[in-house]
Amino acid sequence: MMRLQCKGRHYKDVNCEVEQRWEEGERNIFLEGVNGHRYLGRALKGEGFIDIQGVPGDDLGMFADGVTVRVRGNAQDGVGNTMNAGKIIVEGDVRDITGHSMRGGKIWVGGNAGYRLGIHMKSFQDDYPVIIVGGNTGDFLGEYMAGGLIIVLNLKEDGDTPSVGNYTATGMHGGKIFIRGKISQEQVGRGIGLAPPGEKDFLEVSRYLDEYRKDLEIHLPSLDPNSFTKLFPLTTRPYGRLYAY
Amino acid sequence: MAKSLLFPEFKIDRDKERCISCQVCVRQCANDVHEGSDNEDTVLSQEENCVGCQRCVNLCPTNALTVHKREGGFRPNGNWSEQHLRGIYKQAESGGILLTGMGCDRSYPIYWDHLLLNASQVTNPSIDPLREPIELTSYLGRKEEKLDIDWSGEFPLVQTRLAPQLELKVPVVFSAMSYGSISYNAFRSLAEAAREVGTFCNSGEGGLHPDFYPYGDNIVVQVASGRFGVHRDYLRVAAAVEIKIGQGAKPGIGGHLPGEKVTKEISRTRKIPEESDAISPAPHHDIYSIEDLERLVFAIKEAINYKKPVAVKIAAVHNVAAIASGVVRAGADIVTIDGIRGGTGAAPQVIRDNVGIPIELALAQVDERLRSEGIRHHSSLLIAGGIRSSADVIKAIALGADAVYVGTAALVGLGCHLCQKCYTGKCNWGIATQDPVLTKRLNPNIGKRRLVNLIRAWSFEIKEMLGGMGVNAIESLRGNREHLRAVGLSKEECAVLGVKAAGEGW
Repeated sequence: MMRLQCKGRHYKDVNCEVEQRWEEGERNIFLEGVNGHRYLGRALKGEGFIDIQGVPGDDLGMFADGVTVRVRGNAQDGVGNTMNAGKIIVEGDVRDITGHSMRGGKIWVGGNAGYRLGIHMKSFQDDYPVIIVGGNTGDFLGEYMAGGLIIVLNLKEDGDTPSVGNYTATGMHGGKIFIRGKISQEQVGRGIGLAPPGEKDFLEVSRYLDEYRKDLEIHLPSLDPNSFTKLFPLTTRPYGRLYAY
Repeated sequence: MAKSLLFPEFKIDRDKERCISCQVCVRQCANDVHEGSDNEDTVLSQEENCVGCQRCVNLCPTNALTVHKREGGFRPNGNWSEQHLRGIYKQAESGGILLTGMGCDRSYPIYWDHLLLNASQVTNPSIDPLREPIELTSYLGRKEEKLDIDWSGEFPLVQTRLAPQLELKVPVVFSAMSYGSISYNAFRSLAEAAREVGTFCNSGEGGLHPDFYPYGDNIVVQVASGRFGVHRDYLRVAAAVEIKIGQGAKPGIGGHLPGEKVTKEISRTRKIPEESDAISPAPHHDIYSIEDLERLVFAIKEAINYKKPVAVKIAAVHNVAAIASGVVRAGADIVTIDGIRGGTGAAPQVIRDNVGIPIELALAQVDERLRSEGIRHHSSLLIAGGIRSSADVIKAIALGADAVYVGTAALVGLGCHLCQKCYTGKCNWGIATQDPVLTKRLNPNIGKRRLVNLIRAWSFEIKEMLGGMGVNAIESLRGNREHLRAVGLSKEECAVLGVKAAGEGW
């Protein structure tokens, strides 16, 4: 394992050094003293680990292409922005636009997430992005979602805290969202179906939850399938009838 | 359903004497205009379906067909034009937004046609480009404040680390047209032509088909709000990356590639399910300010290790000069500005024809603003939106552009006849379609040759005009508005363009 002290260094230096070492074959890098450094783990291709101690800056793991990034605390905006493959594990909270336009890979969030989680996620055949949030999320969850899977667990639910915000899944035209806890039709965009998860759905959810639990090294209570709501698009052509040809 | 109140837009005249009922027109029309019959040797025409693309006229072996604008039908009215009436009938029947393709076709002033170039007489003699070299090579990218040079050795050595540049043999680049909006063969023609003439084509926002990765050195890839096909290798294979904020044909709105055009290959490049709409949202959801734009510019620079220039494309809107200044400060190496006449594969007609400003005015103002702020050298200016000839190119450069994008002109070179129906996916010329029967009609080898010819012809013309001015390098003309004079423009327009009226001396 290679240790890299980031304190006082510009993100450009840190990222360039990380990529250089990565290309040389060092696939286990521990970044210490991280404090707002942007784009950590960006565009790293192939398997390997980046372990982060401290608070990374915006766009953590942007364009990630296989790397596994682990953050011991919280992260900021744009976690996994346009990532292609790999895994990002944040033990604490993440902020806005987590998983923006994600094309593949996984993002595990232990805590809460901000606005626009999973906006415009897409998938094609084996490229299937998955995001799991342990806490709750802000407004516009899964906006424009075109593919992939989002699971919101709201584990710290005290009965009053809503699992997600308003305008959830607005413009969604592909993929699936599973939300545990209270969600009302008013919180959801038009053209979106709400249903209890089927048996096959819950098997898929359970499989990813198992991976999530192991990766985050946490204990998950056994979750009642009936406490989940499945959100899915009623059409793949949300704007098909908007135009005169 | 009741009969439509719309009259056919075109009239098809078939010269019975000449028609040999060969059925070529029947086979060529994707809009099902011509209908042959098996037992009779006659061909009938459904004029309602005709879009006026002239494919059948062009391919008719006996020149039996003419397709022209249908006269009459709508009663002449100075206020209620045919376009307005057609729009209302269509919307009353469908309830939908009117779609269109290509650039704005309204008769707003075209300032290129009001600008005249200079030439040398007696003093500063003109140069004959056929006998003396004239340099057209241009470099796009950030230029340094000053160069540190080490003179101590045998040869002087530049010590300053230079920012990455795009080297253009001609200051003409093929503008962003995605694989999706145009066909595979059309894209291949552009990529091969760009490679041969030493310029670039632009992937648009639809990602890059794996077959085009080998052309990466001559491709600018786009990152737009839909982030289709954007990943590390896509960014790294390209010669430059362009962040698309806006487009001249549809400033302020996003784009919807209709599900009909999302074929298997398109869904593979874009990573969305087949037949679903490909939606590009109006804003980038990670950009709400200049600071956010800077974050994306540097995210891309990081992803490509600062090895290639990053461009930011904006539409020409009212406050374009101030916005461009912000874009330069956000770290863009190239600022692309697309004017109101810029083309599109699909846009709401009301937006295309009413939103934005002409590129000539935007360019003059942006160049002026960046100069006055002392940051003009931080970014190159690439402009787009209605460049029709080498004269437009050279006028744009004299107004302050570093190079121009051509989209429509390139497509016309490939056979486009401006029917403006790109959004239907039924392009009879095989350009703006994914239908395998239609795409076959464009042979990429012939397409490439035609584009190479076009650029070659323009280069000769540009050299002739430069030589005539007594200028032997395009670099010396850049931003030199003394070589331009205005005719038929108001004082205000001359002031905005920063150009003197024709007849005024130095």
